[in-house]
Amino acid sequence: MESNGTKGLVLDEPLIFEKSSPGRVGIGPAHSDVPESDPKKTLGQKFLRDDIEGFPDLSEMDAVRHYTRLSQWNFGLDSGFYPLGSCTMKYNPKINEAASRLPGFAQLHPYQPEDLSQGALELMHSLEAYLSEITGLEAVTLQPSAGAHGELCGLLMMAAYFKAKGKPRTKIIIPDTAHGTNPASSHLAGFKVVPVKTEGKGALTVEMVKAVMDEDTAGLMLTNPNTIGLFEKNIKEIAEVVHSKGGLMYCDGANLNAIMGLVKLGDIGVDVVQLNLHKTFSTPHGGGGPGSGPVCVGKALEPYLPCPRIKKENGKFSLDFNRPKTIGRMKSFYGNFSIMVRAYSYIRRMGGVGLKRATEAAILNANYIKERLKGTYHLAFDEPCMHEAVFSDKFQESCGVSTMDIAKRLIDYGYHPPTVYFPLVVHGAIMIEPTETETIDTLDRFIDVMKTIAEEAKTNPQILKEAPTKTKIRRVDETRAAREPILRWKK
Amino acid sequence: MPYIPHTAKDIEKILKAVGAGSVEELISQLPAASRLKGPLAIPDGLSEQELLGHMKALSSKNSTVEEYSSFLGAGAYNHYIPSVVDAIISRSEFYTSYTPYQPELSQGTLQAIFEYQTLVCQLTGMDVANASLYDGATAVAEACLMAKRITNREGIVLANALHPEYRETVATYLTGTGDHLSTIDYSATTGATSLDAIESAISDKTACVVIQHPNFFGSLEDIEAIAGVVHKKKALLVVAVTEAVSFGLLKSLGDCGCDIAVGENQSFGNSLSYGGPYLGFMATKTEFIRQMPGRLIGQTVDKEGRRAFCLTFATREQHIRREKATSNICTNHGLCALAASVHMVSLGSGGLRKLAALNLSKAEYLKKKLKESGVEAAFTSPTFNEFTVKVKGSPDGVLKKLLEKKIIGGLNLEKYYPELGNHLLICATEMNSKEEMDALAAALK
Ligand SMILES: Cc1ncc(COP(=O)(O)O)c(C=O)c1O
Repeated sequence: MESNGTKGLVLDEPLIFEKSSPGRVGIGPAHSDVPESDPKKTLGQKFLRDDIEGFPDLSEMDAVRHYTRLSQWNFGLDSGFYPLGSCTMKYNPKINEAASRLPGFAQLHPYQPEDLSQGALELMHSLEAYLSEITGLEAVTLQPSAGAHGELCGLLMMAAYFKAKGKPRTKIIIPDTAHGTNPASSHLAGFKVVPVKTEGKGALTVEMVKAVMDEDTAGLMLTNPNTIGLFEKNIKEIAEVVHSKGGLMYCDGANLNAIMGLVKLGDIGVDVVQLNLHKTFSTPHGGGGPGSGPVCVGKALEPYLPCPRIKKENGKFSLDFNRPKTIGRMKSFYGNFSIMVRAYSYIRRMGGVGLKRATEAAILNANYIKERLKGTYHLAFDEPCMHEAVFSDKFQESCGVSTMDIAKRLIDYGYHPPTVYFPLVVHGAIMIEPTETETIDTLDRFIDVMKTIAEEAKTNPQILKEAPTKTKIRRVDETRAAREPILRWKK
Repeated sequence: MPYIPHTAKDIEKILKAVGAGSVEELISQLPAASRLKGPLAIPDGLSEQELLGHMKALSSKNSTVEEYSSFLGAGAYNHYIPSVVDAIISRSEFYTSYTPYQPELSQGTLQAIFEYQTLVCQLTGMDVANASLYDGATAVAEACLMAKRITNREGIVLANALHPEYRETVATYLTGTGDHLSTIDYSATTGATSLDAIESAISDKTACVVIQHPNFFGSLEDIEAIAGVVHKKKALLVVAVTEAVSFGLLKSLGDCGCDIAVGENQSFGNSLSYGGPYLGFMATKTEFIRQMPGRLIGQTVDKEGRRAFCLTFATREQHIRREKATSNICTNHGLCALAASVHMVSLGSGGLRKLAALNLSKAEYLKKKLKESGVEAAFTSPTFNEFTVKVKGSPDGVLKKLLEKKIIGGLNLEKYYPELGNHLLICATEMNSKEEMDALAAALK
């Protein structure tokens, strides 16, 4: 198998601080058109600082070269196939970037008068309506900054709901397949986590929930499709169990891209869901954010949505702060607006039909990979999958090769590895999410490479253990990073 | 269909491989009763050209801070963003990559954020900084939770002169785990938080005191003196900064005895964008690292001994510790941190100092001009680029009149502080020209 990874000139680059030369000027601020105020006199010496020790001084071009070189050590979605499971690395349309940078969006102050912000409010209002339509839930807040932030928001609303009923509830049920943010957010919202073991079943059963659901339990936090890439088939019946005890159904909607246009969460008993615009709605991940994590809720939770909400009256948009039951705010201002612009732009480009097509194509691509790799790698659950397929290193273990080795070897072939060692319930998990924006040719090449690596595991395992060799650096010593922490540059 | 490359032949090939007769058959794994019957009620897709036209039309329903002269600050600052910032953050190797889980493919992001952590340490005078948090408000909330863990105490004392939306966010974050919240008032004369009030607000149950500096009214706080009072009760001092350009002039928080420095770095390289995404930062002392929320990048070596970077101290985080994690944060604001770094680096130490001094000069000029118009500063404490004034007449009426002259005159404080009727919070940055400021002063005469 030929590798995509080839040689190129990669330049070394020191830390920015090591390139600094005191006195060198980059981009100075504007000339002043007002009399200079002497800080010593205006503020007094006690408030003033000395020089900023170690702060770098570079020419503009050296700064640009610095970051350009750094960027070349990165692998982005635009560089190549990035099948990171659960993360939905679909194409980030360039038109969305352009739209978000229009001065009429980028240069708005959050406190400028509503009259001057009608376009922004209209966009947010429409986006809320689209997300409401897609999820089948009545009301939406766009305030949370990311998935985990949305989870916290939704869970706090649940807590407020029970408190208002005069019967606060203390627990929440979370299956062992859940993302780490689910229990972490639950804890922060004040709930004790009741874990449910799915015992290698793949899907949650009604019995599993029945066994733990009681009237001290606020509800169930379920990812659907779950992190194994399977639709929770019993969700309607499970929701009935939860509801019969007065509980609420929380859905982690990070995997909405697998059901958008096919299933409305509100129709199947979900009361509250957070969406990751940086997954399903094509906004970029930025090397770790910013994202956006809107929360959609049914009628029962609507009064508790964070403040402010966007209101439309007589064709005019405004911010509504008069919400007596609100949980308060999750952050300052109204949310990650420029990410909302991108998601809105995506939805308008795709249209209702296009969104459904995207879902179908994502399912097609994932099943294609699942079918074609299933003899070569151990498939955790051999049934039709949704948007991702979870394999493991079970077949390769006897060669002394682990999931990590397979992942690192993929890099030498020019691919970003899949998500590894998650979900935790699958030992040595290899979670592959191709997304709908990849061609079948890309998938074919990737599949061939995966097969070649499986062969290499048998015939030459050392080559996997040594991988990657073509990257700028080889495997890093993560233990040392934690044992002898260096978290900043020092002179 | 945009962004979906499948031809009819591709679909056929996939279906054949998976042994399904149709797409519908493949998705029949979904229970029929759960399926959506009709299409989504969302408008038909637009061509890219139509879409851009639509987005332009929508955006033109807004008026920008370029079309108006804006004197708004209050946690979101209008600063000049050098062209290099967008050039760098538009490199798709940066913006289309995920959180750097695979260090061999992410050294660019990792080194850039390691440098950002260092820059934040240098500005704040603290030992360590994390990779980023969502925004200033959530950073303050996280700092309060962190202080509770460190001290094993419950009480959180917030200065009333802390940004009102930050206070609200803290309250929301604390509802789950116990909200032993109290506030300390500011001095009606100086606009700063008075030491006596702080002293009487703290007890041996206080985990931390949170002070904003410069505070919401623009007034500088005497952080050193406050630290003394707070530490006497063995509580922690959290200092929040919303206007990060002030770091260019003001004494470093570490030197003033701050324990956890948090706040908003939007002022560096991040556009106003109607309130987000912005950039929460957090820096603290080495001894508190294990209680810190958020991602941390560390320096290490690769197997051939070369300098390399990777995510570290993951045992604090949700994907390992689940409900015992120091925070639930996962995706942070990495690209905003990169933008901030590029801006800081392009300014350099001299440029940053000059920029801060310029902001001070502008604000002092405006203060003087307003005074000449009979609009006095409301408080006596020194200020950086933002200050509070008392206007004649209802602030809403005043602001409305100014709008007619294409001036966004500042923030009406009455909404947040009922006792401050007739008060406006006014900000001047390098973006406000002398003419604009003269016009504001003339209009307020
Ligand atoms: C299933 C699932 N839930 C929640 C999250 C958390 O989302 P975020 O990283 O945006 O906070 C993620 C992704 O990281 C996820 O994959």
